[in-house]
Amino acid sequence: MIVADQKPLNELKSLTRGGENVLVVGCGTCVTVCFAGGAREAAITASSLRMAFKLDGNSRQVSDVTVQRQCEWEYLDQIAEQVKEADVVLSLGCGVGVQAIAEHFPETWVVPGLNTSFMGMPTEQGVWAERCAACGDCILGLTGGICPIARCSKSLLNGPCGGSEGGHCEVNPETPCAWQLIYDRLTGMGKLDVLMEIQPPKNWRAARDGGPRKIVREDLRLAKEEE
Amino acid sequence: MTTPTSGNGYLVGSNLERVLRANHFAVTAELGPPQSADPQVIKKKAALLKGYCDAVNITDNQTAIVRMSSIASGAIVIQEGLEAVIQMTCRDRNRLAIQADLLGAYALGMRNLLCLTGDHQTFGNHPNSRNVFDIDSLQLIQIVKGMRDEGVFQSGDAFSGPEPRFFIGAAAAPFADPVEFRPYRLAKKINAGANFIQTQLVYDVPAFARFMEKVRQLDLHKQAFILAGVGPLKTPTMARYMKTSVPGILVPDALIERMEAAGKPWAGKSKEEITKEEKKARADAYKETGIQICIELIQQLRQIEGVAGVHIMAIEWEEAVKPIVEGAGLYPRPMVAEKAVA
Ligand code: SF4
Ligand code: SF4
Repeated sequence: MIVADQKPLNELKSLTRGGENVLVVGCGTCVTVCFAGGAREAAITASSLRMAFKLDGNSRQVSDVTVQRQCEWEYLDQIAEQVKEADVVLSLGCGVGVQAIAEHFPETWVVPGLNTSFMGMPTEQGVWAERCAACGDCILGLTGGICPIARCSKSLLNGPCGGSEGGHCEVNPETPCAWQLIYDRLTGMGKLDVLMEIQPPKNWRAARDGGPRKIVREDLRLAKEEE
Repeated sequence: MTTPTSGNGYLVGSNLERVLRANHFAVTAELGPPQSADPQVIKKKAALLKGYCDAVNITDNQTAIVRMSSIASGAIVIQEGLEAVIQMTCRDRNRLAIQADLLGAYALGMRNLLCLTGDHQTFGNHPNSRNVFDIDSLQLIQIVKGMRDEGVFQSGDAFSGPEPRFFIGAAAAPFADPVEFRPYRLAKKINAGANFIQTQLVYDVPAFARFMEKVRQLDLHKQAFILAGVGPLKTPTMARYMKTSVPGILVPDALIERMEAAGKPWAGKSKEEITKEEKKARADAYKETGIQICIELIQQLRQIEGVAGVHIMAIEWEEAVKPIVEGAGLYPRPMVAEKAVA
């Protein structure tokens, strides 16, 4: 899932500056699961802003609403009326959600309430860790199912570097060394030979380096036309 | 060892290669470029090293701190009559920049190259920068070999005209984790095309001997020249810091105690009590012991089968190289003819 983190209240105040009528829009998918921008967080953010505005002595209106998925037009249609009434929409969706609102409501000023951080998963209560960097050419089949692109600080294809110590990465003692994990897993399965293969330079064109990416599925487009 | 392919009977024919192929115990030393545009710093350091090593490693933004570039510093070192080992990390350049810089480095007379991954930028003085890591050190070795032996760029495009012929070096971290994999990773680097290896600092000789035993089992010492990394300890604090805070360096307690013992005459004096002169005397005593330990380490490392030389890293203390090389009986450095005898 996409994991995000809330921006501090001061930044939210500054981002929504000038709007008399603020609409906080939560999202019911990834950011709900990581407790950053679901219905609950939208309501809390709205009341925190109301309180902050009151303390500052102004009477700005703040309301909140949450859609099932901010990144699909059909769910955004459901809140079209509320969005139109707002001077500023504070989206608690990920970066995709914020942009979907901007694209769908060209007249509306929309600002982000979250910092979209990474694609990952909860590893324990209250802890989320990065797992995939969407490189566009998945090599998990070479590394025993552990991603060195997202989880090695240097995205090495032929690790580990000389900074690996006691199972953690040189960059941060809290971060497991991805290549130690890969080594443990592959040797545990008797696959040292996989590790001995030299992986050639990666085709980064499939990643963001090739420019913004898009997937077109002609089969689905044809099926739609036939409907 | 890889078959020589140059007209001169060598793979490349650099002084370092000639010394190694003639079975002399090689000595390389490290030179850190300044954090300024001052060529005099390089010249001064070069003068301290001249005659005491077979080639000088020039670091590439070491520990991710911006310094004069390795290749530019290398050009100055060559003007001063020394041979350079250019260090190239994968942190700051993508495959285009690396290949372009290597063509230039060769054109400027550089003949040895050490291929490194590079310390992470968050350690340095621009921690907010973006890193590159388009390729890693193993892939860099392959690319340099491809340019040298096949005249092709990484893309596969062939180029006409002189190819950059580098004597290819790689690093080894014998004590980094996972320790059991380190000899195999070295094998990967040699398979990729490394001709010589410079290791991380060695202070624990028995641990290094165990690493070398595995290296010999894998026959790696016959496929590349292995130079053990050494460096003089400057103070007990530095020794303790390296032991606890630098990944992949083992410093035995006995060495730390020896360094501490050197400061005994001034022990028990508080910061306020100790005079300037006493401070200097203590610093000199530490340094002398550090150099002595380094000499002994070299003598012990020389006894290990498969160790072809040493790489002396006297960071910001180039003055130490002369007494170390002399003390270890490695002075004067050999002169080897430019043409190999068939
Ligand atoms: S290899 Fe690429 S696609 Fe696969 S998990 Fe890693 S970043 Fe994601
Ligand atoms: S320590 Fe491990 S995770 Fe960190 S950069 Fe090196 S190989 Fe990658």
